[in-house]
This record gives sequence, structure tokens and C-alpha cells, in this order.
Amino acid sequence: MHRFANPARFLRLAKVILPWSAAIALLSLAAGLYFALLGSPADYQQGESVRIMYVHVPAAWMGMFCYVAMAVFSAMALIWKHPLADLLAKATAPVGAAFTFLCLLTGSLWGKPMWGTWWAWDARLTSMLILLFLYLGYMALVNAFDDPERGHKAAAILALVGAVNIPVIKWSVDWWNTLHQPASVVKMGGPAIDASMLVPLLLMALGFKAYWVCILILRGRAEIAAQKIRVIRMAQIHAAAQAE
Amino acid sequence: MTRKQRRLYFVLLGMLALGGAVALVLTAISDSLVYFYSPTDIITQRIPEGRRMRVGGLVEEGSVAKDGKTVIFKVTDLSNTIPVAYAGILPDLFREGQGVVVEGRMEKGGQFQASEVLAKHDEKYMPKEVADALKKSGQWNDGKKN
Repeated sequence: MHRFANPARFLRLAKVILPWSAAIALLSLAAGLYFALLGSPADYQQGESVRIMYVHVPAAWMGMFCYVAMAVFSAMALIWKHPLADLLAKATAPVGAAFTFLCLLTGSLWGKPMWGTWWAWDARLTSMLILLFLYLGYMALVNAFDDPERGHKAAAILALVGAVNIPVIKWSVDWWNTLHQPASVVKMGGPAIDASMLVPLLLMALGFKAYWVCILILRGRAEIAAQKIRVIRMAQIHAAAQAE
Repeated sequence: MTRKQRRLYFVLLGMLALGGAVALVLTAISDSLVYFYSPTDIITQRIPEGRRMRVGGLVEEGSVAKDGKTVIFKVTDLSNTIPVAYAGILPDLFREGQGVVVEGRMEKGGQFQASEVLAKHDEKYMPKEVADALKKSGQWNDGKKN
């Protein structure tokens, strides 16, 4: 793991991975969307509305997955001071926030026809909203300092503290009565979802994850470049000050 | 112990303490985190009349009746039932045997006056043909509270 904390090695590796992750994202999203919208059956209870699930559920997984990734990067940055870990945590935050928002939005659109309400303050929905606020707080905090080092450190601590919300989201539907139904896929006794609907769901989830890898690489590169520019500028200012 | 190790243990201990604290708080306020009560909760806890709350369960088979604009049905958790009256638009998924959450007040005489009815569905997703086949072969697991 420590081997990959080197920015030069990351850039070399990123170059190899990027075309693959882009291809996987494109193919599995195309196939996933086709099966989700056209090639899969309607649900016995919900009819055609069930198709919202193929975006909603993978988006929710992404929201939680990105947060876990962000927390792990933050821990690596705090403990081992890996220069890259901070940048990758920072690069993951907007992706996670976007997918969490997408999850809440599609959930709301799905809730109205099925449950009869856009929103309910039940434990699952509320903890997911808290996740969105944690992302927003992280993004605000990481940019709130003139010294990026301090911003990274404060935001990393916030990311770790907020990580306690992740198990709460996952098991909220089992611990308390909620309007949201319990887990369909990741649960004891195997998925409660027909294979014809599980396959497009997993394809979409794979596509979203591959998309995250692409964005992580692109934003990671940009962050490394930005840091290099900052170092060069500082050196120039320093040199100019000495020349005077 | 190196500084890295010290930081590692510090982070691990911190996470453990934080997780423990959150677990304790959530356990302590667990009662207010539930979105609805079951009919059994309502009957055993003797919740005062007139307090606004939510009751959840299944719509009892054969209990739905229309009285003018008002729909009357019973919400059950398979051990206790609460009679509910509601005047308004029902969600599409509302039907007998279906999960439901009703919001409103308990009136004198044990009748629940609902101001909002929300449908609750289970975690099963399958095409209609599969559901029909399961019901036909008797493998449909329906009595389960969702």
C-alpha cells in the first residue's frame, strides 16, 4: 500500500488504468442502462416505476462507498502522512456528494408514486441526508484554510468522525422501524431480487465504480499538477524576494 | 513506538471511542428514532389519545370498507389490530395484505383517525410471472411483517 503513495508511481499507474476504467464504465453503463430501461421486466408490485431502482440503489452504494474510500484515504493521510492520500480523499468527495444527491433525488421521485410522499424523516432517509451534509462540510472545510496542509488535516478528521454514519445508514432499516424497506441485495440469506433485475443493477453499480476510478485519476492528476504549480510559484516568489 | 504507530493507535482508539459513544446514544434514543409504532406497541404502551403519531403494519385482509368518502380498514401486525378511518387519496400500492404506515390521532373508542396514509413495500423485487409462479407453488412467504 505504501508503495503507491508515491505521486510519480501513481501517475504511471494511472496512465495504464485510465483507458481500462473508462472502457469498463462506458460498456457497463451502456449495457446496464439498456437492461434497466428496456431489457428487464416490470416489478410484480411496482410495475414500471421499479426502473428508478437501477439508478437509485447504485447511487446510494456509491455515496457510501466513496465515503468509506474518503475516510480510508484520510486515515492514511493522518497516520502515515502520505502526500497523495489527502489529494485522493479530496478528489473523491465531490463524486460521493453528487451520487448521494442523486440517490436522494431519485429516492424522492420514487417515493411519491410508491409510498405516497416525497420525503419521510425515517432513520434511513435522515442518515442519508446527513451523509450529504458530511460531504458538503468536508468540501467546505478542506478549502477553508489558506494553508492547504491545515485544510487537509481538519477535513481528514471530519471524514473520520463522520464515518460512524456509514454503519448507521446500512443497518438503520434493521435497527428501527422505517418507511424504507430493508436491504434487498446485501443481506443474510441472499438477495431478495430476481436475477433478471439483479444483473442490470450490478452492471450499473460496476459502471458507477469504474466512473469513480476515472474521476479519481483525472482529479488526482489535476491536484498533483496544482500542487506542483504552487511549489514553483512559491519558489519564484522566494527567488524574487532574494534578488531584491 | 514510532510516531506513525502512535498516530495509528490514536486514530484507532479515537474511532473506537466515537463508535461506542454513538452506539450508546442511538440505543438510548432508539424509541424516538422509529418512524412508526406497531399496533402492539400502541396497545401495550397505552399512548394517550389525541397525540399525533404513526402506526405501521399490514392492511388486514377483508377489512377495507368504504363509507362515503371515508375508507375504513384495520392495520395489523398479526398479533394486534387497530381500526383506522381515513378520508383522502390512497397511494397506488394500498391494498389488503400490503404494508402501510398511517399518520394521525387515536380517538376515543380506539378508532385511529388518519390524516395521511403511506404505502410500504417489502424488499422483494421480481417480475409478475415469478411472483405468480411462487404463489402457485406455495413458496410465497407472505405472513412476514415487512
